Amino acid sequence: MPQLTSFAPARPEEILAPVKPWFVVLTLFLGLIGNLIPVTGVALALKPDFLALILLYWCIQEPRLISVGIAWGLGLLMDVADASVFGQHALAYAVLAYAAEYFRRRVLRFPLWQQAAQVAVLLLLCAGLVLLVRVVGGAPLPRWTYAVGPLVGALLWPVVTALLQWPQRPQRPAGSLAEH
Amino acid sequence: MRHLSVEPPPFFHRGPSPLARLAFFGLLSLALLFTDTRYRYLENVRQVVAIALYPLQRLVLWPGEAVGYAMTYFTVQRTLAGDNAALKQELLVQAPAMQGYQLLQQENARLRALLEVERRLQGATTAAQVLYTGRDPFTQKLFVDKGESAGVQAGQAVIDEVGVVGQVTRVFPYMAEVTLVTDKDYAVPVRVERSGVRSVMYGAGTGRLPELRFLSPNSEIQAGDRLVTSGIDGTYPAGLAVAQVVSVERETGQIFARVICKPLAGVDRSSQVLILGRVAALPQRPEEATDNGPPRKGRNRVRE
Repeated sequence: MPQLTSFAPARPEEILAPVKPWFVVLTLFLGLIGNLIPVTGVALALKPDFLALILLYWCIQEPRLISVGIAWGLGLLMDVADASVFGQHALAYAVLAYAAEYFRRRVLRFPLWQQAAQVAVLLLLCAGLVLLVRVVGGAPLPRWTYAVGPLVGALLWPVVTALLQWPQRPQRPAGSLAEH
Repeated sequence: MRHLSVEPPPFFHRGPSPLARLAFFGLLSLALLFTDTRYRYLENVRQVVAIALYPLQRLVLWPGEAVGYAMTYFTVQRTLAGDNAALKQELLVQAPAMQGYQLLQQENARLRALLEVERRLQGATTAAQVLYTGRDPFTQKLFVDKGESAGVQAGQAVIDEVGVVGQVTRVFPYMAEVTLVTDKDYAVPVRVERSGVRSVMYGAGTGRLPELRFLSPNSEIQAGDRLVTSGIDGTYPAGLAVAQVVSVERETGQIFARVICKPLAGVDRSSQVLILGRVAALPQRPEEATDNGPPRKGRNRVRE
């Protein structure tokens, strides 16, 4: 019977199993698919940037695997998928990855809900960069609902952390290492 | 000079520092942004990446399509029977008009042949289904399921059963991007159906209604007027419904009236659209007066 507690976030002293690269690739792929889901109206305003969120998670957890270069490439994919200006998501994701790498030690010290607050700032920064690029390019200012997506993304941070960390968590309780 | 061994041992080597990478990729992004907005050199790259992304995009659409199909399948029989009866009745009502229309069309064809006028529309029209609306909150776009493989070309006009939706702006192998008339600064040459006043309707961007610019306050236009395409641009055939005037503000201090209009077509709702064939090429525009000529004094000056 699976333990319910295994969905709880890892405490700092808990040692995680090393991540499998294929799992990172798979989750980023799922994030890309999540961004491609066609929605309209209220759902569109509420929809967070899944790819940015998952990317941010891996940049914070595994900076040696996922960093600025890969973030930039994924940003280019998003630019084509959105038919937006070439380079806007690429720039935003690259900066996001750098900010994640810069702040990762600080972010990881806090419990999940306080991490979410810091993630909100990072995601807003990412969205703000896209906004800046577009407004400089002559686009009209979007409505305030533009900021809702990143905030929803930050609210999802604990869920994302729990899900993405799950395969790495020790499967048996920490005390029973006898049969190992 | 504080420490001699600044270099970490090779065991810890991680390539260039994050800041260096950010600088490199940031500059690359800026270069891309500049190239794409100014010169549009990168359309080929975009095409290639779009082909790679296409299966993914279809995959994501599949659940919604399946649900829609199931819903249609389980529509109550009675509803269908009722619809059928109503449609038959409507068909009967419209039959005289239809027969008259055929007569008129034949007559029209003969007259046109007499006048040796070129057919206005070249090429066939293409019915297309809307795949999804654009996710970019800064532009008003939608994507349809017909592309280069179906003979769609950039520049073709797109309408639905009520009126003009927009224009094809990018063509991918299996899909096409349509810019909607509500996109910012997207212009459609229109004519007020009631009075014949010509103007140009400009889109105002997401969440805002399009407007007519540069109309003098005394122009013959009022709220409720229908705007149809004037056909003088060579993109849209004349007479397609575009929008309805919502409000006209005439202020004494202003040179131009402020005319707000609402698109008639289901610009953001319709799921089926029709891509029109190209309008026959218009005669070449006359050359603009060169700089070394005398300066023009006014709009009404007659050109030699």
